[in-house]
Amino acid sequence: MKGKMFFKSLSITGLSVAAALTIGSLAFNSNALAGSARDYISVVGSSTVYPFSTVVAEQFGKTAGFKTPKIESTGTGGGMKLFCSGVGVQHPDIANASRRMKKSECEMCDKNGVTDILEVKIGYDGIVLANSKKSAPMNITRKELFLALAASVPEPGGAESVVPNPYKTWKDINPALPAVKIEILGPPPTSGTRDAFVELVMETGGSQFPWIKALEKSDKDKFKSICHTIREDGAYIEAGENDNLIVQKLDANPNAFGIFGFSFLDQNGDKIQGTPVEGIVPTFEAIADGKYSVSRPLYFYVKKAHVGVIPGMKEFLKEFSSDKAWGNDGYLSEKGLIPMPDDEKKAFNTDVQTLKSLSCGDL
Amino acid sequence: MSETSNIDIVKKGLGKRYRAEKRFRIYGICAIASSLIFLAFLFISIGSNGYTAFQQTFIRLTVHFDPEILGDTTNRESIASANFPSIVKQSLSMMFPEVTSRSDKRLLNALISSGASYNVRDIVIENPNCIGKTMQVWVPADDDVDMLIKGHINREAQEGERRLNDKQLGWIEQLEKDGNLKKRFNMTFFTAGDSREPELAGIWGAVSGSFFTMIVTLVLSFPIGVAAAIYLEEFAKKNRWTDIIEVNINNLAAVPSIVFGLLGLAVFLNFFGMPRSAPLVGGLVMTLMTLPVIIIASRAALKSVPPSIREAALGVGASQVQMVFHHVLPLALPGMLTGAIIGMARALGETAPLLMIGMVAFIVDIPSGFTDPSTALPVQIFLWADSPERGFLEKTSAAIMVLLTFLIAMNALAVILRKKFEKRW
Repeated sequence: MKGKMFFKSLSITGLSVAAALTIGSLAFNSNALAGSARDYISVVGSSTVYPFSTVVAEQFGKTAGFKTPKIESTGTGGGMKLFCSGVGVQHPDIANASRRMKKSECEMCDKNGVTDILEVKIGYDGIVLANSKKSAPMNITRKELFLALAASVPEPGGAESVVPNPYKTWKDINPALPAVKIEILGPPPTSGTRDAFVELVMETGGSQFPWIKALEKSDKDKFKSICHTIREDGAYIEAGENDNLIVQKLDANPNAFGIFGFSFLDQNGDKIQGTPVEGIVPTFEAIADGKYSVSRPLYFYVKKAHVGVIPGMKEFLKEFSSDKAWGNDGYLSEKGLIPMPDDEKKAFNTDVQTLKSLSCGDL
Repeated sequence: MSETSNIDIVKKGLGKRYRAEKRFRIYGICAIASSLIFLAFLFISIGSNGYTAFQQTFIRLTVHFDPEILGDTTNRESIASANFPSIVKQSLSMMFPEVTSRSDKRLLNALISSGASYNVRDIVIENPNCIGKTMQVWVPADDDVDMLIKGHINREAQEGERRLNDKQLGWIEQLEKDGNLKKRFNMTFFTAGDSREPELAGIWGAVSGSFFTMIVTLVLSFPIGVAAAIYLEEFAKKNRWTDIIEVNINNLAAVPSIVFGLLGLAVFLNFFGMPRSAPLVGGLVMTLMTLPVIIIASRAALKSVPPSIREAALGVGASQVQMVFHHVLPLALPGMLTGAIIGMARALGETAPLLMIGMVAFIVDIPSGFTDPSTALPVQIFLWADSPERGFLEKTSAAIMVLLTFLIAMNALAVILRKKFEKRW
């Protein structure tokens, strides 16, 4: 009987409290939050830039006396959409990108009133092909990688037409390579790493066939369909966005190769090795001086209208562009970011100080 | 004549029927055994990966709080910007006076976590009298050292393949020999927010975020769900409209959670202009997701109250509302609570809808209210699982263990409530 009374009073108070709260919160939401000021920096964008951006944010939050910036990993495209949706505290201040802003994105920004944008390049990221230390390294070219991964490849006889990819082992592509089944773990199409890999390896590899290169000018759609379509017969395994998982799988299967960002190779050097592409081993130095071909620049974009409105924007930019962050021995290089050459660093440092505006025409 | 032949037919088929029964039992045992094996595999792999995260390698430094290096330490602001990194570096080089070259000093300093200077700073903030004195301080070691001590980095590997070189290994061995390097309980893991340094990362920020989200969810979804269930079950007329509503509630319970995230993005963020990454919005989205579960469970609980209770109440002159609130609801409440707790447990483990409303983010500061930016426990697991540093591997598993503990505790509470208060007729 006591339990009954308890539940009776509980249920009645519960219902009335909830009703009050619901009404209260709705009223509170519609007016109080819409215009509320934000006292922390909001960053969105690429999951590749995320590990670097977060380190700077953490340093900044601990030393500069401002709140720690909030960093969302939305992917480059998703981040640009949020960034370009308007000016005001409900929109993010900075967008990270693992490629340069597209002209279409800049125009979208323009349309929504985001007109003054500062572009900052932060450094380079290498994309590596790696396999387990337990097996031998394999020297490979981008053309061979294209032949191993494309859904349809030029007819082996030499005719100017494509056939579904017939290659099962590496030896089928080049007799000098081992007779091991082609097995490559890599990112899904939603990933920026995949976009960059397709552009840097597949397009370049495909273009080494003169007739495919000619297609780029004459029939761009066909060129794209040949170079951008990755085979789906099991040789290429989409391993999700989780690069740690790829590393673990490579460790378990010595015949498999994986595609991921350089920082994962840097952190797991005792388990996996980078595959030399065109004879160049992916090392920090080789990527930094541009010898290793499969690398891409990383950027972030700043909404200038928010500088001075959101507390700490200027100081955050200063922290990011300081030598102790993106310098050759800075803490970002410890996390696997490849620093820019000194003159480039200097140029972007001036851009940050003068808050130089980007114009869509330059993209 | 015909009787014996019937018996014969039965006897003939008997062996086959017994065998079929035996086979079926074996199938059942196999099914249970295989699911138990999967469960055991899951727990063992998470446990064996994660238990080491509850310990952390610390290095003992003899810190001299030199006022000349620190500079002005008269108030809180000047303490915050005082030169604590130098103090830490100085005490380390006092321990290894033979290290003199610049590059070697860099290697030596890399053994200590970049968070060590904050530890030392906190000591000064707590006790400003220690300026000018010398103290023994345990500071966290760098994550590479921690991984080496825990055996996740192979000491025998080639020098170029390890993240620590031979010199650093030598120093670590000396520290171990002198008793200046020890594994201790990892308090940081339970008190800190997220960090990009594995040795400084903790789950408290994510736990608080989950807490605020769950409060919003509970406060909104339980009363609304129960009220809806009572109305539909006890008051509403049976007609086409209530049929449509019922079908829709059942459908909503099966909608993938990401859809609720998209709804939240469109309604709460874009239309109402609520802040991104806030537990308030997370809670609202989770409310939408949990409501159908609670309504269905509550209706089932109400249905299981026998009609005789209602009739007796009405018979002695109670009104419809009195009958429901005085007699039916108290009897149905244990079942409703069970449904609510299970719905909440599901919401606690959910990440997909949070992705759309910006709660998948790097947030260091511990949220202190419903509109502060925050993440949730499963999101923290997702983010750590994606980090390149090896130290996060064990942190991921440890965070999974914490989340599982919460889930098991909630489910246990549901079972206990049911056992204690449920009435059977």
